[in-house]
Amino acid sequence: MAVETGTERRLVEMAWDPVTRIIGNLGIYTKIDFENREVVECKSTSSIFRGYSVFMRGKDPRDAGFITSRICGICGDNHTTCSVYAQNMAYGIKMPMMAEWIYNLGEAAEYMFDHAIFQDNLVFVDFCEKMVRETNPGLLERAERTPAPHADVHGFETIADIMRSYNPFTGETYREALAMSRLTREMFCLMEGRHVHPSTLYPGGTGTVATPQVFSDYLSRLVHFADFAKKLVPLNDDVFDFFYEAMPGYERVGNRRVQLGCWGAFQDPEVVDYRYENMTKWGRAMFVTPGIVVDGELITTDLVEINLGMRILLGNSYYKDWVGEEIFVARDPLGNPIDRRHPWNQTTIPAPQKRDLDGGPYSWVMSPRWYRKETGDHLALDTGGGPLARLWVTALANLVHTPYVSSTGSSVQIHLPKTQNLPEMDFEWKVPRWANTIERDRARAYFLAYATAMAFWFVEKAFERIALGDVKVFQDFEVPEEGIGCGFHEAVRGVLSHHLVIRDGKIANYHPYPPTPWNASPRDVYGTPGPYEDAVQGLPIFEENGPDSFKGIDIMRTVRSFDPCLPCGVHMFLGNGRVIEQRHAPMFGAGG
Amino acid sequence: MPNEPAVKEVHVLWTSEGMSCDGDTVAMTSGTLPKIEDVVLGLIPGLPKVHLHNKVLAFETGEEYLRAFRKAARGELDPFVLVVEGSIPNEKINGDGYWTSMGNHEDGQPITLNEWLDVLAPRAWAVVAAGTCATFGGIHAMAGNPTGSMGLADYLGWDYRSKAGLPIVNVPGCPIQPDNFMETLLWLLQQAAGRLPMIPLDENLRPTWLFGKTVHEGCDRAGYYEQADFALDYNSPKCQVKIGCWGPVVNCNVPKRGWMHGVGGCPNVGGVCIGCTMPGFPDKFMPFMDQPSGASVSTAMIAPYGKLIRRLRGMTNETVNEEPKWHHNGDKLTSGYDPHWSP
Repeated sequence: MAVETGTERRLVEMAWDPVTRIIGNLGIYTKIDFENREVVECKSTSSIFRGYSVFMRGKDPRDAGFITSRICGICGDNHTTCSVYAQNMAYGIKMPMMAEWIYNLGEAAEYMFDHAIFQDNLVFVDFCEKMVRETNPGLLERAERTPAPHADVHGFETIADIMRSYNPFTGETYREALAMSRLTREMFCLMEGRHVHPSTLYPGGTGTVATPQVFSDYLSRLVHFADFAKKLVPLNDDVFDFFYEAMPGYERVGNRRVQLGCWGAFQDPEVVDYRYENMTKWGRAMFVTPGIVVDGELITTDLVEINLGMRILLGNSYYKDWVGEEIFVARDPLGNPIDRRHPWNQTTIPAPQKRDLDGGPYSWVMSPRWYRKETGDHLALDTGGGPLARLWVTALANLVHTPYVSSTGSSVQIHLPKTQNLPEMDFEWKVPRWANTIERDRARAYFLAYATAMAFWFVEKAFERIALGDVKVFQDFEVPEEGIGCGFHEAVRGVLSHHLVIRDGKIANYHPYPPTPWNASPRDVYGTPGPYEDAVQGLPIFEENGPDSFKGIDIMRTVRSFDPCLPCGVHMFLGNGRVIEQRHAPMFGAGG
Repeated sequence: MPNEPAVKEVHVLWTSEGMSCDGDTVAMTSGTLPKIEDVVLGLIPGLPKVHLHNKVLAFETGEEYLRAFRKAARGELDPFVLVVEGSIPNEKINGDGYWTSMGNHEDGQPITLNEWLDVLAPRAWAVVAAGTCATFGGIHAMAGNPTGSMGLADYLGWDYRSKAGLPIVNVPGCPIQPDNFMETLLWLLQQAAGRLPMIPLDENLRPTWLFGKTVHEGCDRAGYYEQADFALDYNSPKCQVKIGCWGPVVNCNVPKRGWMHGVGGCPNVGGVCIGCTMPGFPDKFMPFMDQPSGASVSTAMIAPYGKLIRRLRGMTNETVNEEPKWHHNGDKLTSGYDPHWSP
């Protein structure tokens, strides 16, 4: 949002660098109008460059899954999985069905683990009693008086009791979530060997031995975790509904035009063959549907169309342009032309230099955009932190129908069986009115339940293979001299793609595009801000503190709602509170 | 009741702003021996009070989070253990730019990790390198890397000594095995409390009790090796040396210990050892899915012995799979019992 013309505003520079309780290196630099309680400008920067696309060139392509896992220290396995998908395409592999179920079970455990630890140990500290006491004492006072509507399920009498249970290290839910994050990581290790960098995934399948034991070990832990998932959904609803009710207008915090991308997750082993020519079909068979939602309308569920629309723009980042470098893939296997700015044709050329937040380069993140040919727009899609886009696309597409999770065309129904303390329960996630901070966070709790429910079904399918005596988990293959591949997956925090080009049996080009470059990108060549920037600009401030003790809590909640994971892609900055333009005497209201 | 610790409070300053993925911090949160929350909440008897400053778990953000680091840099925070995660890039090769940083100088330009290390390392009570990137360079230091990355000891010097006279303590692993790290931290805190002597380290500065044995020596598939019975593809539950496993020559305890609570691991559960704890990682182990060069010789040499032993054991195995023949419901007792009574 631009500075209003015709008015003079007193702007204060505020920055948060490093932003904590995220993965990786992020700085947020803002200009805030405290009189009108609004963030006027926001730039997000990342101050790390490691160079994966550079040092992978010339390496054996089979090593790609092992190497790319190291991009991310919380969802490294999402990279390995995506790399395996891309390699399967390049080598012409159809993985054995049991291997697919093992991948789905491992990835489901990753969503459960990661959403639990991120939501409860990182995000919710922004909603905990200790934090709210520092930023909005008036709100906390009201929370003390507000009964929690679902107290019968989760056991906390008031909203403030829930908030207290999230105080770091001392809070009950905080500590239970840490314990649950361990239980789910054990489930993960049963399928993929190690967390965070898996040991048992290979192109062509897995080395996990498909015994009845691994699946029953997984199932017995899953039942225990499902009990926690059932409490978490209503507990999240209680807090988020309270925020809307207690602070009218809070829906505008972190709100942005609906431009959501989801690249799909959980392959259907009956359908997927990894052939590009069939990608539209097997993409639509995935148990989380790939697609793009713009302004509430589902504009595609076709992975081929999604692939063709990808563009990597340089914008205000520390890289040289690759115009004039080699075109690796002129046409896809279906004959469609591939753009020079597509990841298959990207050449990464780092150009380290000083940071310039006044019109120059300021980030190590490039700007992925999706080209919508009908309108000619380069859309700055975001992932809604992952869950919001996954649920939104899956709900509208109406393609997922299983005994545990089912899409309806406008919602997603989730069924969880009886567990230790709670009976069978059904949840329904309905398309919300906004793509804002609260809805991104709420969706995370619901998707955690989604992954839990799907895992029950995947265990059943794995036991079906056991019953048939089909325990093959690996399909041997030859690496071709020349080949291309692409993999599409959902990292925990959103869209993930890997694009691979093989020449002379070696990697000629490899470009992973994780969610964070999409979400944390700086302004692109067209001046379009990245999603964090866009979501923070124009953000109304509800914090009760003035600039002297300002914590930026509404900004932090917004940035964290995207589940930033900067090794994959970024950098907010609390400067010295320097006043850059002073016209009026300061006047700070008491929040609300 | 234990005596009062010699040092009452210790700050743990943990920076993951090296060339890292934050995977060591995340792995640490899965440790249970001990759990990080038990250390922070003071539930381990005899430890000093621990103040943890870690980006992923911090309550504070931005400058408030950096306050402890800035105080330590000014010499106002003592004692502190500095934990470094991620490889150290070469900031001499990139002009006015930077590869990685944490916070800003007064002029608004980033403070590089290297600048932080230059100031903090001499003031630290102990320095711990967490994960293979920080210990030996790791993935980001592989051939063809643009950033000149290296391990912490390559940067500070292998002869570095902390304020308390400790060398750098290296806990390799990509990522760290969670309990290996927590145990090492526990030792250092006990040492600071005056309850344990100098931590025993090998020539690569690794705790000896954790890295003194090879993967193979702790692997439950090593018995297949002894019998020259090798997996030829990843479907097989047998020894994986012919399909990429480097376990016989890699210092690591993961197959013995598992990944968490004895669950998971590497070759013990079907994942070839790619040498991720080693100074030579990753280049000396690539391509990861091919047989290590030395394994063709060793597997050929063990074949005559192993095949014979396997056959002989097979025969014995058949024998011991049969119950003794006196287990029957016949009319006569044939167990060899000498009756002192007659029916």
